[in-house]
Amino acid sequence: MKRKILPVLISAGLMFAPVGPAFSQAAKGAAGGMKLSDGVVKIGVLTDLSGLYSDLSGAGAVLAVKMAIEDFQAMEKGKSFPIELVSADHQNKGDVASNKAREWFERDQVDMITDLVTTSTALAVMPVAKEKNRITIVNGAASTPITSSKQCTDTNVHYTYDTYALANGTGKAVVKQGGDTWFFLTADYAFGHALEKDTTATVLANGGKVLGSVRHPFPATDLSSFLLKAQSSGAKVIGLANAGTDTTNSIKQAAEFGITPKQSLAGLLMFLTDVHSLGLKATQGMYLTEGFYWDFNDETRAWSKRFFEKHKRMPTMVQAGDYSSTMHYLKAVKAAGTDEAQAVMKKMKETPINDFFAKNGRIREDGRHVHDFYLLQVKKPEESKYPWDYYHVRQVIPANDAVMPVAQSECPLVKK
Amino acid sequence: MNKTTLGFILLVVGGAIAPLLGVYPTFLMKCWCFALFACAFNLLLGYTGLLSFGHAAFFGAAGYITGQSIKVWGWSPEAGILAGAAFAAVLGWVVGSLAIRRAGIYFAMITLALAQMIYFLWLQMKFTGGEDGLQGVPRGRLFGIIDLADSMNLYYVVFAIFLFGFFLVYRTIHSPFGQVLKSIRENEPRAISLGYDVAKYKLVAFVLSAALSGLAGATKTVVFQLASLTDAHWHTSGEVVLMTLLGGLGTVFGPVVGAFVIVGLQNQLADKVGSWVQVIMGIIFVVCVLAFRRGIVGELMALARKTGLGSVAK
Amino acid sequence: MFEMLGITPQALYSQLLVGLINGSFYAVLSLGLAVIFGMLNIINFSHGAQYMMGAFIAWIGLTQLGPWFGDPEFRLNYWLALLLAPLLVGAFGVFIERTMLSRLYKLDHLYGLLLTFGLALIIEGLFRYAYGISGQQYEIPEILQGAINLGFMYLPKYRAWVIIASLAVCFSTWYVIERTKLGSYLRAGTENPRLVQAFGVNVPLMITLTYGFGVALAAFAGVLAAPIFTVGPLMGADLIIVVFAVVVIGGMGSILGSIITGLGLGLIEGLTKVFYPEASAVVVFVIMVIVLLVRPAGLFGREK
Repeated sequence: MKRKILPVLISAGLMFAPVGPAFSQAAKGAAGGMKLSDGVVKIGVLTDLSGLYSDLSGAGAVLAVKMAIEDFQAMEKGKSFPIELVSADHQNKGDVASNKAREWFERDQVDMITDLVTTSTALAVMPVAKEKNRITIVNGAASTPITSSKQCTDTNVHYTYDTYALANGTGKAVVKQGGDTWFFLTADYAFGHALEKDTTATVLANGGKVLGSVRHPFPATDLSSFLLKAQSSGAKVIGLANAGTDTTNSIKQAAEFGITPKQSLAGLLMFLTDVHSLGLKATQGMYLTEGFYWDFNDETRAWSKRFFEKHKRMPTMVQAGDYSSTMHYLKAVKAAGTDEAQAVMKKMKETPINDFFAKNGRIREDGRHVHDFYLLQVKKPEESKYPWDYYHVRQVIPANDAVMPVAQSECPLVKK
Repeated sequence: MNKTTLGFILLVVGGAIAPLLGVYPTFLMKCWCFALFACAFNLLLGYTGLLSFGHAAFFGAAGYITGQSIKVWGWSPEAGILAGAAFAAVLGWVVGSLAIRRAGIYFAMITLALAQMIYFLWLQMKFTGGEDGLQGVPRGRLFGIIDLADSMNLYYVVFAIFLFGFFLVYRTIHSPFGQVLKSIRENEPRAISLGYDVAKYKLVAFVLSAALSGLAGATKTVVFQLASLTDAHWHTSGEVVLMTLLGGLGTVFGPVVGAFVIVGLQNQLADKVGSWVQVIMGIIFVVCVLAFRRGIVGELMALARKTGLGSVAK
Repeated sequence: MFEMLGITPQALYSQLLVGLINGSFYAVLSLGLAVIFGMLNIINFSHGAQYMMGAFIAWIGLTQLGPWFGDPEFRLNYWLALLLAPLLVGAFGVFIERTMLSRLYKLDHLYGLLLTFGLALIIEGLFRYAYGISGQQYEIPEILQGAINLGFMYLPKYRAWVIIASLAVCFSTWYVIERTKLGSYLRAGTENPRLVQAFGVNVPLMITLTYGFGVALAAFAGVLAAPIFTVGPLMGADLIIVVFAVVVIGGMGSILGSIITGLGLGLIEGLTKVFYPEASAVVVFVIMVIVLLVRPAGLFGREK
């Protein structure tokens, strides 16, 4: 009878063996001088390490945060409180992100999670952070509802950009430059809809007309039929309310069908890395809005060159934002004397941001970082003098024009 | 006491004390949800011989319905979970009726194609939140009394749900109905010649499997407070096939073992190796199909038989 | 008439053309699947991954080989890729068949599906690891760049080429299988392998080469696709499920059936995009459901 037990025990053992490493860790003691939970400030970078956003964020984001930590420790001349960095790949999935965040907060005592590219991951992690009283700093995700809807939380900062800024920047500028009839090519999911909605409002508010729109499946392999619809509308501008490969495909195929250069394309969400992979020939003349450009001034160039040495690619606004926001966070922790979320958030909102990323940037009550944006236009191939020299800076969009006014926000944190 | 009873005892005791020993409860809950999913799937593949490649449709659908009912309509968790499972059953009836018209490989392809269609429908619908997913589903109070925001409370509820589903599958397999299913798997023409309405049996098995898969998906939504497209994607369909295959097709405990191993592996490897997780899953698939078809539990039982450790109660 | 429907002739014809192009891909891919299924009774789930491999070989040949060999001018142009990629991927297919698939023939055919599914995961995972998930760009070959102005629309030369090439390949395959002696051996081998072997025909070799050929067809489609769609590790993954639906609709019975169904469904998809774009992703599946209700064996299928 006892001999029968063996295979069953092995099965049971196999069943629980992978579970072993999931045992929780004991809490650590407090560090001297500062009241830190388990004695260390732990920062988690939750990003897309292998998917379609890994270029604009990904390993570069982890590097940016690491640089910020190292620079902060150098500033403190070695007397800084202990800081640890962990990172993980959320694969652009809300459930993976939420799972990881929960594990980090509950088991590993992580104090702040940042990057969070892809809106679904940000929206999934923010409530978990609120529940556990930890901080989230969103750099990668775009949608304005992160701060302007009822999903806003008081432990969240939305640092780098949002769809309102993109819409208001590109949309307004293009209309003013003569592109007053629009047709939208929209990725048929929440992000695409939001971008189309925000940009439509902007175009109409600035005297333009929207002739129509078409929604394409996300992701779409072949956009030619949708582009042909855009072509037959005769609109001067085709607004690309999509991202990633959908955007790059749209641009490619528009050229194939002779749609450009007769009609122009507005890439409503584009990154330096997209232009790099498409090349200037395909993207020349396109307008886009970004919160940061590496070649804007000496300060941005200095930091970006440091980043380039380690990463071999120039930083996108998301990566620059990761650095800047982490630095701001660490300074706030120092000023507050603790890593407790509410105290640190208070310091972050009280203190202005003045670095290479933003001048007189401030964090609003709803967590939105209010700073300048740049309207950019892609250079012609012959205009580019050195690697990564891709943009003309056509306009600096003042901070207050680039954020949604509090009157329009549905977040309970803002006073109207 | 035979091996199966011993297995039950180990399962119940092990599951009951694991979180008390310090194992991270949320991870365990994920394992139990997938274990239930795999058991439900095994009912269809291991015991009826039908390979459905679209089971994620039921897993994901229930998640959405449960999320919607709890978050938006304000239902209590038990009502929400039941609603999810019921919806999955209905969906199972629709998909099953269509797919059973063909057999074997066609059946698999049809389930895959239908699941993909349903996936696209979820993508379009507003309430699912599309790519963002249905976020912020509150955990609520079970029966108005048990506060599920407490991880330990929730753990035992989830474990209880798993045990319920597990025993339901066990009873089904060992009933006359289950015997007919096995005969359909072994030799369908013969079952027909014996007078059984094979199509009806298959459909019932399919609906039951879909309902329990839905139960698993619904529970998972309450645990993670989120219903997403990932749960309805065909990769998840492939995952549950792998779990069942790896654990042992047509065995009682196989799917549970398989689920724990795969979820555990994903958990451990995701941070360290990124894209390689998919490659490793693929390799496990290939190895299982070529050389390890009986799965972990199956191989162990065969080993037990060979070394004379006693007979097997399937 | 067009005004009544709210569209211009230009819009309609250009959408139909795009539909025809997609249909060409569906046709070539479902042809490959049908050929493999006919001989081996296995659904090649890795068909999408092999299509992707073809596209990647073309891309690597064009952009990566130079740097690897230290000679930036060295490149495998499109036309060479069109020849080489199917050969390479086909050889890979032969390798798979010999080492792995052939062991499964005596088992339930579902294991073949599972094996090829696992292989697809491995292949896609490896490419994902090596190249990330974002797509790579592939230039249209010079001679096919530009468009022809037909008056009612612009016809990009490359897309016209895609249709011609696909139809040519489909037609030649059909001709070989249905009208030549080699084809008759293949068809006989499908029906009754033992008997055919008894006649002295090397059936295992036929099977191996058939799988290789089916895979080569997928890779060929991949090279055709490279300049149109971005070359990425997941380019075949969702496409292959649509092709499955095409195959179910067409039925596995005839080669001609899969070609016609592929083209037809591409056209229908194109029309859907004109009138009701949101449904374009699901229309093929909806048709599959209807066909299953009305004619379960498929439009051209024969019950086996």
